[in-house]
Amino acid sequence: MATEDKLVTIHVMGEAFRVPEGSTIMTALEYAGFQLTTGVGCREGFCGACGTLYREAGDYKIKGGLACQTVVTDGMHLAQIPFVPAAKPVYDIEALSPDEEAIKRIYPEVFRCVACSTCTKICPQDIQVMDYVQCLMRGDIAQAANISFDCLRCGLCGLRCPAEIVQYNAATLARRLYGRYLARPSERLERRVEAIARGDYDAQLDELQGLDADALKKRYYDREIKTK
Amino acid sequence: MSLLYFPGCTLKNKARNFDASTLEVFSALGVELAELERWNCCGTVFSMADDDLMLQLAPLRNLLRAEQQGGGELLVPCSMCYNTLRRAQRFAAADPERLGRIRDFMYDEPSAYRGDVEVRHPLAYLRDRVGLERVKQAVERPLGGLRLGAYYGCLLLRPSELAVDDPARPRVMEDLIAALGAEPVEFGQRAECCGAYQTLSWRAVTLRRTYEILGSACAAGARALLTSCPLCAYNLDQMQREAVKSYPDLCAMPVLYFTELMVIAMGLGWKPEWSALHEVDPQPVLDAAGA
Repeated sequence: MATEDKLVTIHVMGEAFRVPEGSTIMTALEYAGFQLTTGVGCREGFCGACGTLYREAGDYKIKGGLACQTVVTDGMHLAQIPFVPAAKPVYDIEALSPDEEAIKRIYPEVFRCVACSTCTKICPQDIQVMDYVQCLMRGDIAQAANISFDCLRCGLCGLRCPAEIVQYNAATLARRLYGRYLARPSERLERRVEAIARGDYDAQLDELQGLDADALKKRYYDREIKTK
Repeated sequence: MSLLYFPGCTLKNKARNFDASTLEVFSALGVELAELERWNCCGTVFSMADDDLMLQLAPLRNLLRAEQQGGGELLVPCSMCYNTLRRAQRFAAADPERLGRIRDFMYDEPSAYRGDVEVRHPLAYLRDRVGLERVKQAVERPLGGLRLGAYYGCLLLRPSELAVDDPARPRVMEDLIAALGAEPVEFGQRAECCGAYQTLSWRAVTLRRTYEILGSACAAGARALLTSCPLCAYNLDQMQREAVKSYPDLCAMPVLYFTELMVIAMGLGWKPEWSALHEVDPQPVLDAAGA
């Protein structure tokens, strides 16, 4: 149990709360009595549901972070951004090609980018957001997919963009185009899927399903691990 | 030797032939081009609004990238990118107060823009650094006296402070044509505007420009045009099909990037996929070189 001298003050949408030093924003909110039903998800920094804007004492800069990953500091002001009502057009991936023409058709606002880097500054994942926007503009879909790979779609970039681009949705399109048209097909995966469909593993699966928990654990820990 | 290279967006899609031919030609002349890492759009058209600093960020960030990657000279083949980058550089150099505000805004960069990169156009680089004599020596398939017009348009020559040559009487592209074994023909409209982005908003203006520029080159005896600008190439080459509907006596001719002509004359191997990027078949130019 935290003692009084290990508490810090945070301001949640203007209201002050005393919370344990060293806790994440999410833990602190719950300590302060908030029951989180939105703006919360995996609690492990993977889902992007808990995008939060905050400002630290003595600083004028508004920063972005994930509530489950960002540690509170004394005097912090914050507001959670549980949802961004950004445009998310519906498209048929089969009717698109993996180039700048697809971006022009679905997200034409991407071409308004002035390379100000405001998106990169706010990204809690430290992604070079502006760089992938620039890749989208010149049709380098593979590189856009690669740079944006760690995006959690928290939406903070789109909120800050002076060109009103919805970067993370355009990046999702790039990764879909990459997967559909550019990624090298995995022959081993295809062979394995065929074998499964053929029923090659049915007997083994049936056997596993018949084992009790202890026998399963033993199998798991005794399994042969192939290394290259 | 190695030289920093800024391709620009269009050279990565609609003008892939300009990108590939530039790399090939320079490599053959002993200059390996190192593509700038993390480059962004040049800014597309230099902003004349001197109080809108946001529009200077794109060009200046590219110049900063070049500084961060060793600086020196930055080779920029696209006329539009060349013009925008050079003008942004001059804008920043002439106004320390505004440059200060731009630097403040770019606080997330690991270093601040100093302004000591020199933006160079390949035509000037070939003339001043490589030497047209050396280009001449590299010619394997001289162009058999084919009559070619050099089309400069606006962006290589104006404003005069950044012109690749004498803005009133340019000759660098004509000299290159001669070095490649073709015959340069000067024509009246070689430094007139192609209509530029009016092609999007006022197509009739551009179609008339296409007709008049091609007519001027045709009257002087040119059989093909050379350019260093993807937008000029769009208006002069891609628009011919549409322009001929309004102007049935339009003089059709191929339009090539000057580096494509160098590839042909230097025997570096024309790529069939480049032909598909041209509206008017460049085959007559290839034929002249026996390629």
